[in-house]
Amino acid sequence: MVAKVAYDAVETGTELPAQSFPVTRETLVRYAGASGDFNPIHWNERFAREVGLPDVIAHGMFTMAEAIRVVTDWAGDPGAVVDYGVRFTKPVVVPDDGVGAVIEVSGKVAQKLDDEARTVRVDLTATSGGQKVLGMSRAVVRLA
Amino acid sequence: MPLDQSFVGRSYPPTAPYEVGREKIREFAEAVGDANPAYTDPEAAKALGHPDVIAPPTFVFAIAFRAAGKVIEDPQLGLDYSRVVHGDQKFAYSRPVRAGDRLSVTSTIESIRSMAGNDIMDVRGEIRDEAGGHVVTTIIKLVARAAEEG
Repeated sequence: MVAKVAYDAVETGTELPAQSFPVTRETLVRYAGASGDFNPIHWNERFAREVGLPDVIAHGMFTMAEAIRVVTDWAGDPGAVVDYGVRFTKPVVVPDDGVGAVIEVSGKVAQKLDDEARTVRVDLTATSGGQKVLGMSRAVVRLA
Repeated sequence: MPLDQSFVGRSYPPTAPYEVGREKIREFAEAVGDANPAYTDPEAAKALGHPDVIAPPTFVFAIAFRAAGKVIEDPQLGLDYSRVVHGDQKFAYSRPVRAGDRLSVTSTIESIRSMAGNDIMDVRGEIRDEAGGHVVTTIIKLVARAAEEG
């Protein structure tokens, strides 16, 4: 595994390049097909409202997949991710208005964990519509 | 009725192997809009030291979740899945999942807690390759919301 970022080149507080990920209904249909998660709350507005949601919501696992891209794009090698966890705090609501939603993700090095293994902990922040959609979002990455 | 604590530690038999295909990885990477060549180009993956294309970190969730279905649908446990939401998700990797892997999942009920009428259950999935080598451990936290009154 060959991360392109050197362990010695980062310190606690180093910021990763932030990214924005647009989500439309089409995105959710594609993700449903690729992941096999066909829960209708992710594509059927009538069903979503019946179970008390404001509208169709994105798959939590879709948001989780997007958030880690801030880490994998930075590290270069996605195989450098050793550990990854999130809490799903708020749904990403995706209206059928031709615009959809945007997931904004930023990350920073929270801790250098192990000089020998060259691992760091990255804390991620993911928001949509100004609301935090993931909590406790952390990844451990092995750097070069 | 809160879930029975005696189910903590219960393991379910390993699943039949899931064979990870290059094109399934490509489909997933495209669905999340991720153009990293390590997911689609075997040469790019090899340049990073991987024997074949690797899967995005969360790809394996679908395999783990399908296996967790044995727990969720265990009639003895009696979880009401219509009230369940996905609370937390964790992955701990020994190595990335890659094309050609034949992965088997052993699911275990790691913990059961009751909080304010909600049942909170952690299902651990140990995912191993055909040689028995550990690939990734997944923890799926499921929260069954309290049944509504009346």
